[in-house]
Amino acid sequence: MAHDEQDGPADRPTGSTRAGPPRRPPGSPGSPGSPGQRTAALFRTAPPGPFRTGFWRSPIRGPWLTSVFGLVLLAGITIEFLTGLFSYAAYNPRLGPVNDQTPGKGILGFYLFTWPTHPYWLYRLNQGVHVTLGVVLVPVLLAKLWSVVPKLFTWPPTRTPAQAIERVSLLLLVGGALFEFATGILNIQLHYIFPGSFYTLHFYGAWVFIAAFAAHVALRLGIMWRALRAIRLITVLRTDTARTEPEPPDSSGLVTSTPSRPTMSRRGALALTGAGALVLMAVTAGQSIGGASRRTALLAPHGRNPGRGPSGFPVNKTAAQVGVTAADIGPAWRLRVHGPAGTRTFTRAELLAMPQHQAALPIACVEGWSADDQQWSGLRLADLAALAGMPHAASVEVQSVQRGGAFSTVLLAANQIRNPLSLLALHVNGADLSADHGFPARVIVPACPGVNNTKWVSDLTFRK
Amino acid sequence: MNRLHRRLLRSYGARPVHLLAMAGCLALAAYAALQLLAGRTLAVAAWFVGAALVHDLVLVPLYSTADLTARRTLGRGHTGTTPYLNHLRVPVYLSGLLLLVWYPLILRRSQPYRGDTALSEDVFLTHWLLITAALFAASAAHLALRGLLQRLRRPPRPPAGDTAKRPAPPPGGAS
Repeated sequence: MAHDEQDGPADRPTGSTRAGPPRRPPGSPGSPGSPGQRTAALFRTAPPGPFRTGFWRSPIRGPWLTSVFGLVLLAGITIEFLTGLFSYAAYNPRLGPVNDQTPGKGILGFYLFTWPTHPYWLYRLNQGVHVTLGVVLVPVLLAKLWSVVPKLFTWPPTRTPAQAIERVSLLLLVGGALFEFATGILNIQLHYIFPGSFYTLHFYGAWVFIAAFAAHVALRLGIMWRALRAIRLITVLRTDTARTEPEPPDSSGLVTSTPSRPTMSRRGALALTGAGALVLMAVTAGQSIGGASRRTALLAPHGRNPGRGPSGFPVNKTAAQVGVTAADIGPAWRLRVHGPAGTRTFTRAELLAMPQHQAALPIACVEGWSADDQQWSGLRLADLAALAGMPHAASVEVQSVQRGGAFSTVLLAANQIRNPLSLLALHVNGADLSADHGFPARVIVPACPGVNNTKWVSDLTFRK
Repeated sequence: MNRLHRRLLRSYGARPVHLLAMAGCLALAAYAALQLLAGRTLAVAAWFVGAALVHDLVLVPLYSTADLTARRTLGRGHTGTTPYLNHLRVPVYLSGLLLLVWYPLILRRSQPYRGDTALSEDVFLTHWLLITAALFAASAAHLALRGLLQRLRRPPRPPAGDTAKRPAPPPGGAS
């Protein structure tokens, strides 16, 4: 970005009390006279440095450039918020306490609905968009913040109660945006340095942020629109660096009164931001698109497969990492199916002797990466429900041999049980499941978040 | 109604819609914040406010100073601009952006990565360095190509005319 901050002391306004040329705050109280007013006048004198209008000198800063970045963020963050809400709904938190990471959500869960199982790639698409777009928006967010940084150092900091309150909301806006981007980006890299569970931080943080975002959009949409219409895009695209000039002075506080020589045109700044977004997309998107493109995700956590063969697709957590031992999933392993008909116990051989069904389904993680459609085969959850004496079960509690840990027990909803593609899988791609993919048996449900496709299943409890 | 409007403008400093938007914003934010902060008030508040402070008071000054230093070090060409500046800026910016987003993997900060995914985290530093090298190489190649095209396009002239051919300084440039 064109950072045209101070360009040497000689270029700076020299007057010690003048805060730059004719930028007088509109509606400021009367001229100094009484002692109280004199203190007020002293307060109006900006301290040196970034508080002076002459400090910020980039000739391309102005309402137009800020509005372009703002427009992109308006669209991008709206998509981020909606895909985030869907992602939250996909866990079916209303189904029961084991599914609900955020029991204190109150009205913030007002929109919740039973997550569908059609189309089977719905969650994969939702998370791929949420995470990849979030990564791609980073340069736009940074550019937007760069474009408005002089406003942070407005002097005096506030003149009216309205400005004071708005500054608080802007702290929520900027802090909230950075908090959401930071927790998301750290979480997809398994770098858990944030203070608490990702789910609660990212969920409640999103609501704090979106409150400030909505207010900001409501108050600035008109300004943004007028600024965008003031200069035609084609004019900007035709203007090179040498002919780049500041926007006409206005009340936005963004246009510099002491422009330095342009070192980058507006179209250059847009191209640079766009290039940043494209480069990030290029090294990230492959882990969500899969197929041959996976290898292009050079910096994304799941840009490679962990091996070859039938089980050579990405793993969320290996058996060893969650403490599942060979004994847990060895010959002594049994599946227990609980229902009104009592508890029935099966060995893996007994399960294999029952009618097997096929489903081609992906595994999609909340972290945005996904495995392409794999050929699973095993028992239909619907058949197991009938076996338990509960063909119309409202939910099933799926328990793993994994001891403790988040998502070792989850609840699946009625539509997930009924879908003919929902399996307790025993095979994948024509071979036994590998230990890391959930041997002896795992759940696979269409459009379901990866962690709710429980691995190393030990118990299925069907409920009304 | 009009008088109320004017009184609000005088005492509050903005239109009623501003007050409503702010009240709605703060009420919803406070409602969510009660849960966000529950049991870890200081740590979460530090992250929330700290994110803004680190960006505004560390990251922005850091990259601005770096940019300013680059501009001064490279000096100015005879046209008053710094012709190589953007050939440096672009690869530095893109490489820095990749590092900023993917540093936990590149710098091997991610503790459970290898155990969770059965993948090695050693590749990311190599990838980032290779991408960075490619970005600088592409920028250098572009610069060389520009120079070559400029030389080809410039018709041979008597050496005396050279001084008179300087491009005019850009309008609105020098302060």
